[in-house]
Order: sequence, then C-alpha cells, then structure tokens
Amino acid sequence: MKTVFAKSRPGREGVWPEQPAQDVSAYIDPALLRGGAGTTGLPDLSELDTVRHFTELSRKNFGVDSNFYPLGSCTMKYNPKFTEYVAALPGFAGLHPVLPQLKGAGRFCQGALEVMHESERLLCEITGMAGFTLHPMAGAHGELTGVMLIAAYHRDKGNKKTKIICPDSAHGTNPASAALAGYEVVTIESKDGIVDPAVLRAALDDEVAALMMTCPNTLGLFERHLPEIVAALKEVDALLYYDGANLNAIMGKMRVGDAGFDVVHLNLHKTFGTPHGGGGPGSGPVGVSQRLLDYLPISRVVKLEDGQYFLDYDYPKSIGYVAPFYGNFGVVLKAYAYMLRLGREGLIRVSENAVLSANYLRKRLEDYLEIPYNRTCMHEFVASAVQQAAKGVRALDIAKALLDKGTHAPTIYFPLIVKECIMVEPTETESKETLDRFVDDLIEILTRAESDPASVQAAPTTLPVTRLDETLAARGMVLTDDM
Amino acid sequence: MPYIPHTPEDVREMLAVIGAASVEDLFTEIGPDMRPKRFDLPKGRSEMAVVKHMEHLSARNRSDLVCFIGAGVYDHYIPHAVDALTSRGEFYTAYTPYQPEASQGTLQAIFEYQTAVTRLLGMDCANASVYDGGTALFEAIMMAVRATKRTRVVVSGTVNPIYRTMLASYTCNLNLEFVNVPGRGAETDIEALKAAVDEKTAAVIVQNPNFFGSIEDCTDLFAHAKSKKALSIVSAYPVMQAILKTPGAMGADVAVAEGQSLGMPMSFGGPYLGIMTCTKDMVRQMPGRIVGRTKDTKGRTGYVLTLQAREQHIRRQKATSNICSNQALCAMRALVHMCLLGDEGLRRTAALCVERAHYAAKRLTELPGVTLLNKGSFGNEFAIRLPMSALEAIDKLSAKGFVPGFPLGRYYQGMDDVLLVAVTERRTREEIGVMAELLGGIL
Repeated sequence: MKTVFAKSRPGREGVWPEQPAQDVSAYIDPALLRGGAGTTGLPDLSELDTVRHFTELSRKNFGVDSNFYPLGSCTMKYNPKFTEYVAALPGFAGLHPVLPQLKGAGRFCQGALEVMHESERLLCEITGMAGFTLHPMAGAHGELTGVMLIAAYHRDKGNKKTKIICPDSAHGTNPASAALAGYEVVTIESKDGIVDPAVLRAALDDEVAALMMTCPNTLGLFERHLPEIVAALKEVDALLYYDGANLNAIMGKMRVGDAGFDVVHLNLHKTFGTPHGGGGPGSGPVGVSQRLLDYLPISRVVKLEDGQYFLDYDYPKSIGYVAPFYGNFGVVLKAYAYMLRLGREGLIRVSENAVLSANYLRKRLEDYLEIPYNRTCMHEFVASAVQQAAKGVRALDIAKALLDKGTHAPTIYFPLIVKECIMVEPTETESKETLDRFVDDLIEILTRAESDPASVQAAPTTLPVTRLDETLAARGMVLTDDM
Repeated sequence: MPYIPHTPEDVREMLAVIGAASVEDLFTEIGPDMRPKRFDLPKGRSEMAVVKHMEHLSARNRSDLVCFIGAGVYDHYIPHAVDALTSRGEFYTAYTPYQPEASQGTLQAIFEYQTAVTRLLGMDCANASVYDGGTALFEAIMMAVRATKRTRVVVSGTVNPIYRTMLASYTCNLNLEFVNVPGRGAETDIEALKAAVDEKTAAVIVQNPNFFGSIEDCTDLFAHAKSKKALSIVSAYPVMQAILKTPGAMGADVAVAEGQSLGMPMSFGGPYLGIMTCTKDMVRQMPGRIVGRTKDTKGRTGYVLTLQAREQHIRRQKATSNICSNQALCAMRALVHMCLLGDEGLRRTAALCVERAHYAAKRLTELPGVTLLNKGSFGNEFAIRLPMSALEAIDKLSAKGFVPGFPLGRYYQGMDDVLLVAVTERRTREEIGVMAELLGGIL
C-alpha cells in the first residue's frame, strides 16, 4: 500500500484555515524563515483521500474490538466505549493545564481536580497504599518514579545504597529503570518459578536499596514466600517495589500495601480498561506507603475542609516534577469512570474471572503443550513449545499460525527463562466460546505441526503481508519515506 | 457483571475442567497473612449514572474561558476527521505491534509519522514518540551524554522552565552538571551560551521559538558546539516549524518537540506527544521504538519495529533508556492532523497565528505603561510588561471570562509584572480587541 506521501498532489485542498492578510515575512525576519510552498514536505490531500488512507490502514490491524488478544502480561481486556465519551467532554478535553496554577488556584477546574483526588483515593483503597501520584505517563515511567522515590528515601535517611535486585523473571523495564535512576542492577535466579528467600538472602547486603517484584510474576505464579521476603528486606532497610503489570489477578484478594510493599506502579491501560492505542498513551500512577509519602512528586491535589480542591507544591522533600503537569489526565479519566462503573464487587469479579479463564485454558491445553510450572496459575500461564521446536516448529511459528486464525498471538518473546515460551492471558472479558475456539485452533495448529510442519512454518498466509524480514529492516535502516 | 460474559453455567463447566470446587479455591496460594485488611470501595453504578456524574464534573471546569495561555500547550483547532479516524477500534484497542503481520496499520502509520516529523524539523530520523516534550528533552540529553561520554550540559534559561525543572528531578541521582545560562530579557543569550560550551560539554540546549516566544537563529552557536565536539539540542514548537528555519538547517544533532499542538486536545496536561528526531549518525543512541521498512517472504513492502537491540526487553539494564511504550495513538493523531492540513494548511495555520499575535501585541502595547519584551522577531507568543502585577491582571480579567496569559513571575525573578501571551488561530480579532479593552480598563 502506498504511503500517504506518495498519494500527495500539491495544490490539493484538505482542511485549510483562512488565508492570512499578509505574508509571514511582514512579521518575521525572512532570514529566520524556511522557504515557501512545499518546504515542509507534508502531503497535500483531500479530506476524503486522508479518510480512505487511514481507514485502509485500520483494516490491516488487529485490535481487541476485532480480535482475541491473549497477550501474556499485557491484560488486553475489552475497553468500555462510554469512557471515550467521558474523556472527550469539553469541560475536560478543552481545559488548559496551567489554569489551576493561576491566582485563586483551582477555582476554574474543581471538576478535574476532583477526578484526580478521587482517582488517587480509589487506587489507595485498591492497593492499600497511603498515597498516590497520577503523574507518571506509562508503566515504565512509574517504575522510574518509584525508583527515584526509593533513592530519595535512602538519601534522606543517610543510607548508602547502590544496588537494586531484580528477579530473572522481571520485565526488562525493571532493570532499565533502576539503571536510569543511577543504580547497579543485581539479578537473582528464580527457583520453581518464584523468588527463593535463601537466594535473596545471599544477594542481600547493606548496599541494597530495594527489590523489584511482580506478583503474581511473569510466569503467572503467586510469590508465596512474600512474608519471608518482606522480613529479609527489613533487616537491611531495603524497600519492596511492586510492578503492577499483573494487578488484574489479585484485586480484592491481596492489597500490596497490606502485604508489605512500599512502592507500587499500576498500568491503567491494563487493569483499568483504558485502551492501549497501539502502543500508548498509557498511564502509570505510583502509590507509596506512609514512610515514602513526603517524597511524592509535586504537585499534589489536596481537598480542603470546605470541600474545595487545590494543587499544593509545598513539599520540601519531594522528588520534584516527573511530568510537566498532572500526568496523562485523559487516560486517568477513563480509568476513574471504569472504577466507578465496576465498584467493589465488580473489581473483585474481574480478578476472579481472569484467574478462572486462565486456569481453564491451562487445563485444556496441558495435554498438547508442555507447561513448565503446571500448578494453579493466576491470570496467565506460560506454556512451552520445546517438544514442537525439537521437530522444527518453533513458538514463533505457532504464534504466526494463530494470526491466520484471527487470534493475536500470545507473548512469545518473554519471559527469557522459559524456552520457546507461549505466555497466555485471556482476561475476564472473553467468553467461554472464544476460549474454546482458541483451544481448538491451537490444537489444530499443533496437530498440523506434526503432519505438515512446513505449513505452520509458512504462516501467516492470510494477512496483508507474509512473514517480515526483521534482519533486513535493521540492516537496511529505512526509517522514513525519504531514505 | 459488567463486561464479564461468564454465566453461572460457564463457571460451573470451567471449574469442572480445572478440577476446583469454587473460584475461591483458585486463590489458595495467597495465604491468610497476605489477605487484604479491607477493600472499602463504593458499589458499582450503571453506565448512565457514571456518565451523569462525569458530565457534572466536566461542567465544573471553565473550559469556556477565552484562553491566551500557551507556555508550551496551545489551543489549536482540531479537524473532526482526526477524532473520527483515530477512534477506529482497530487502532485504539490494539497493542504494541509485536506481531508485525497483524499490525501493519499501526506500523505504517508510525513510519509515516516518523517521515512527517523529520521533514517538519529538517532532521534525518525519528522514533515512534515518547511521553511528552519534557521527557523527550531529558532523553535527548541522555543521548548526548552517551554519545560524547561527557557529563556537562549547558542549558539556556529561555528553555521552558517546566522542562528544566523536570530535568533537575530526573538527573539528581546521576553524575551530571547543569550550567544554566540566563536569557537577556526575552532573548536567548547566544554569546554567553557560546562562551559556556567547552571541551567538557556534552550538549547545549536551546528552544525555538524560545519560552518567551522569540524566534532565533542558532546556526553559529551550533557550529561552535560542533567545534568543541559537543552536541546541539533544540526543543521546538511544531506548528511554528511549518514556517521557520528548521533545527536541521541550523545544524542541530537532536531536535525534540511537544507534539500537542498537532491534533491533541489540551486535556488538562495529557496525554501529549514527545517528538524525538536526530541526525542519522545518532539513531542508535535514540531511545524508544523505531519503525523500519522491510520486505515479506514474497518481496512485498512491510513495516516492523527495528533496532530493538537498544531496548529493555533485549538489553535490560544496558538499554538506551527505560522507555518502553510510546504515544502511538497520539502520534497517529499528529499524523492525521498533518495530513488533513497538509503543507499549505499547516503553513497557513502558523502564519495566521503569527498575524493575530502581532495584532494582539500591537493592541496591548498601545495601552499606557505596557511594553513588549521581545526585541527581535516573535511568532504566536510574546511577553509584555504591565504597570501592575501579572497575577492580579489575570485574576481580574478571568473573572470576566478572559485569561490574558501566563504569569512569568512564577518561574523568573523580577518578572512579576510580565505576562506571556499566546495567540492561536482560534482567537479572533474581536476576542483580542475585548481582551485589550478589559486590560486597559484595569491598568
């Protein structure tokens, strides 16, 4: 399909604003200007050209609205439609972020400040944390913020801390965030798929600032030694960080604050049903326990006794600004509406049904794929295609064959500790019929891997393109239409 | 159960397959000492009730104020087709394109976005976007530190002070030295910046138009930086870039921008779009996702995420950055917006903003005691000194439905009487006239 630039015809009219009375050189020194027509290199199209182009592109995409998306660790649940309407309400979408910083701070945006305050309160209750900031703009941004909070805590106490521990099952962003905040990263090995207290103790010393954990972890397993882990960290004044990627499994069943975690980031686009947008925007609020409250980013939204809200910047120990304003407010709005809609029972049922669906799939698939840690899982589980790979059909081939069935592939690039992994997360919003069809499709592919492996290796064949050459892309480095 | 399809019959059948007596049995791994102390959340409500509540909250915000605040976020018109196209479920309910064959729509759009922003900024390469203009600037500094292996960073005081505050937060645990070079009034002090760039400098950072709205040519400064083997970083305002000499033409190594003005509503601060571009030799230092063109097994053109060896899922703590997600849907909004306007439309938008801003500057400086700070060229934003406190002026005018600008005293000492005024194509000559009259009435 041609690019939009190839479709351009100079002189064709799109959405043109009115013509200024004078040429811009009447106002700006011509030496500071770029040339005239055509110099931006942007395309000239009719509005219909543009509409057709992007409609055609949309047909080349899988989304939750069109396809089952059992991507492990990504929680691709259904995104309710009414939240889009809510986020687009003019009182929210048309609001300049500087308004509450003017004199009489906040009188122009009480509604927006209430949304932020109430969202923080709900997230505190869900996680058992003492305070929240909505500022981080994505999960990894929340991780970085969390690690900065940990650093501020230790600096303030005069602790000399240089290391952060990450289990080998951690998301790659955990070590990257720790490193970006100036820490040395220590990796520890999992035992039976979870963190072993003895292994942790061997890695612990006075220089450890924190342990970063995902629970349930990326193998879908609950970290059942948590109480011992919490105790071990306490001995060296190290903090416990919770990566909220898998919160969808435990709402109402465990609160990370009650369980002893000090910092948590959530992914609103996962647990709280905001759309992922093909890669973003996300939103990664961070919650903290009482002892870290003073370090939260500024500004913080405060409710006064008279019921008014205002932004408070007066926190001398704060780590400062992590975002220019108050985070991805438009995403927070959707998550807030989602939480109000589901309420207490609804959120508990989310976790119960997500876990039910995952265990159902695990049991139905255990005779067909190896399942390295085959015990009760949380909202996802990891299978392995090692037996198929031994005969030439790899996890990647199975993933591509699923695309031909109209199902997005499970996660296969992660976790690195399981060979030929296939990490499946069905979420609570997929019906039993969809789950059964997925199992049937997978069985058909695995059967074909025995009888006709070449046909699986050749997948996909029904999509706009067949398998793409990633090596060529990296070597050729064609990153724009001009190269 | 909202959004959960399982019927009691389904649940029974699924539990039977699992071999569990109840759903609660699936949670036995969570021991009694791990259970919540409480879970006191409100009861769920109907969609209608939640919508009503949100409409009520929305109405408690004054988005109807006639807004002359810019300061990095601008009230531009967004064509309706932007919303219509980007709200297609295949786009906004998709995930990161890890399975490229099922994501050619997102991938081609990002490739086209990369092309559009590099052309607009006059650079070679772009990534698929980062969170916002501030994090883009931070990541640009980290690129320079990695590329030069130096730790001294020279920043102009005319760079957005909100971004400079963010940089201070992000780097306080890192071994970096910031040198802040104050501006001269509304202008960047190019000579002082030149003097500050030395053999230990990783990068020099400027903004164009700068935070006060002044438009400047930094070609000499960048040439000087190059002679010291330091890199040049520009933070830009995309709509103005349609008419201005580009960062690339001035010799910048990295150009970043806040992309909000390209089709994102102001939305109380986000989601926005961090645009990152660089020269070709810097591309492996760039963080985040990048889309590249390739071929499929039949020789047809297709697109994939590429150069992934820089990223966390491969390199973990040695990655170029911890940035994982991008602002894909915002990048798509920017692309659709740029396509709808086109070359002619975006240049015309910029020119219209400039014309209206110059009209506003003329009307406002006709008032007694009001002077313009900008000595040279400015675009759609400018700074005026008032014979009174800027905060007072804003307070009084906003009570009449007009917010006349951003108070610079919030970030700059000695500027309590200075107002930063932004004018977009949405501000009419009539509105500008009323604002000038209202201001005249309180001076």
